Amino acid sequence: MIRLEKRKEPSKFWRIANPFLAVALTMIAGGIMFAMLGKDPITAIRLIFFDPIFSETFGSYSRPQLLIKSAPLILIAVGLAIGFKANIWNIGAEGQYIIGALFGAGVALAFFPQPGWYIFPLMVIAGAFGGFLWAMIPAILKTRFNTNEILVSLLLVYVAEKILAAMALGLMRNPDIAGFPGSRDLRRYEAAYNAELISGTGIHWGVVAALIAVIFAYAMMTRHMLGYHVQLAGQAPRAARFGGVSPARLVVICLGISGALAGLAGMFEVSGPGGQVRIEFASGYGFTAIIVAFLGRLNPIGIVLAGLLLGLTYIGGELGQMMLQLPGAAIQVFQGMLLFFLLALDFQTNYRIRLTQGARA
Amino acid sequence: MKKLLATAALSMALSAPVLADTTKVGFIYIGPVGDHGWTYTHDQARLAVEAEFGDAVETSYVENVAYGADAERVMTQMALSGTDLIFATSFGYGPDVNTVATRFPNVAFEHATGYIQESPNVGLYNARFYEGRAVIGHIAGKMTETNKVGYIASFPIPEVIMGINSAYLHAKAVNPDVEFNVVWVYSWYDPAQEAAAAEALIEQGADIIMQHTDSTAPLTVAQDAGIYAFGQASDMSAFAPQAHLTGILDVWAPYYIERVRAVKEGTWEAGDVWHGIVDGMVGFAPMSDLIPEDVRAEAEGMIAAIAAGEYHPFTGPINKQDGTPWLAEGETAPDGDLLTMDFYVEGITADIPN
Repeated sequence: MIRLEKRKEPSKFWRIANPFLAVALTMIAGGIMFAMLGKDPITAIRLIFFDPIFSETFGSYSRPQLLIKSAPLILIAVGLAIGFKANIWNIGAEGQYIIGALFGAGVALAFFPQPGWYIFPLMVIAGAFGGFLWAMIPAILKTRFNTNEILVSLLLVYVAEKILAAMALGLMRNPDIAGFPGSRDLRRYEAAYNAELISGTGIHWGVVAALIAVIFAYAMMTRHMLGYHVQLAGQAPRAARFGGVSPARLVVICLGISGALAGLAGMFEVSGPGGQVRIEFASGYGFTAIIVAFLGRLNPIGIVLAGLLLGLTYIGGELGQMMLQLPGAAIQVFQGMLLFFLLALDFQTNYRIRLTQGARA
Repeated sequence: MKKLLATAALSMALSAPVLADTTKVGFIYIGPVGDHGWTYTHDQARLAVEAEFGDAVETSYVENVAYGADAERVMTQMALSGTDLIFATSFGYGPDVNTVATRFPNVAFEHATGYIQESPNVGLYNARFYEGRAVIGHIAGKMTETNKVGYIASFPIPEVIMGINSAYLHAKAVNPDVEFNVVWVYSWYDPAQEAAAAEALIEQGADIIMQHTDSTAPLTVAQDAGIYAFGQASDMSAFAPQAHLTGILDVWAPYYIERVRAVKEGTWEAGDVWHGIVDGMVGFAPMSDLIPEDVRAEAEGMIAAIAAGEYHPFTGPINKQDGTPWLAEGETAPDGDLLTMDFYVEGITADIPN
């Protein structure tokens, strides 16, 4: 018979192996789903996972696009992961992303149409500050009134969306195009444009920022006292408190870092690939980043790989729709499977399956 | 040198796309093809293109494409895969269409309800839906008993505001006591929100619902509440036969077939058209028996008059909401005014959100 046995320690091997296994299982289950839809599964999987990188027709265009799509995911997820490690759950990165974008764009629109080298750096500071500020609401409510940061940060996403709509329709609306919501196109305002740093590579300041954030987060978590406190608070909260770690301080720091990084991601998006403040600006990066953080095992290096993988499924998913007429919903199911399999597999990180002979008395 | 390249690109763009055996046509959609509204009608037209040309055409589409970077990427990938003609079927794709079009001067772009034409290979097309709104406004004005009409609106853009004004003017013309309540859902397709909006409007006393959103949810809510409603974009009568009076149909197929043929024959040129009932781009779902016979006859009469060019739904005297005159007696609205409309007409009590 089959028996489950709790491991004394979580298995290191399965922690690392599970994400890879989850990807493999997703390919198999996804392939079966595509076959049931009457599409050739091999072609579908190839279109989603390989063609964006290796295809001669698309590769030179989609490789840079992969960076553009993955950079905000990685930037947000790195911040979220620090909090998640300490059991501080910022679910509202989407809202901080929106507010960061509004702060950044606000600075740009205030200076329009002046030139000036200082405008873009100011936008970066404003974007990070906006995200930080929005994350401080759940942080302060938690430390002062012991509210649940999951609920508060999540509900603030909807508030941020309303503010975004109001801005696109009112204060930030482009006065030159009558009647339509949406701000000026920042891609056409040189001092504010987050352009590609090297043409054709997809590398803009957001990609650079994501890289810096990954390095800093890695150094902090492995070398710095704060990283140690974060880990301790997550694994042994009582011990952490006896060890002098202030839970309130940790809440403020973790939400602040993740908010500022999400705000930065929003700012780099609105001044570059997104281009405009518009009602539909938020496209779910803040939520997808949660998947990225877990798929990457809350580890900065893992998050880079997970972010690239999720970015790949987006771009490949579009190719799959275009070339094979896969339904858009099938692509979303496919992305959902990835998280589902990972969570299911994580079971064996903590438990082992034993086959024993005969019935036990 | 740069100038030379630009000139070369321009002349390439002006020369008609190359005649090929199989023409590849791509479509990008803002919603899902199963919405039974806006996107569904575009996809029906895509299927009509396939039926018309058979093997001589190859179509592809991507649904749920967000404005901005995603739209730009999808259109670029379509262009890279050898697509000859791309239909971008939502107004917000404007900047993205023009960015990609500049990069691919040999690909023809058709942008629905667009307003930006910065590249010589970007054509714009739109339908005069306000003509249809006038007809359903008339029916609503005649049929409401509570004198309250509920209007589910998507985004406060000229297209939607124009529709509200047109429907209101024609309801008011036959029923001076009529009131319009407008709820903005800030989405083109969100069944849950649309249903909630319909419920709120019914609670406020509306006994007829109009929608400028794409799901069938408001119709089913109306049927459950025992009141009437109008469909949107496609014939939605099957979803709520006891509530569905008629609906404005988006008929894109004839235009799409004509444009694909132009590309095949090498005669495609960027245009800017605004087609109405007379061109067949605006149609009507069958008028339900729920509409009294005389009202049905009046509605048919109005459709015929608009099609014949005898009647323009925006004919003066019309004042703006604040009482300032807009159109003088007998004056008809210039297209430019309509396409940038950001005001309600006199009599509507709500405010346009901003």
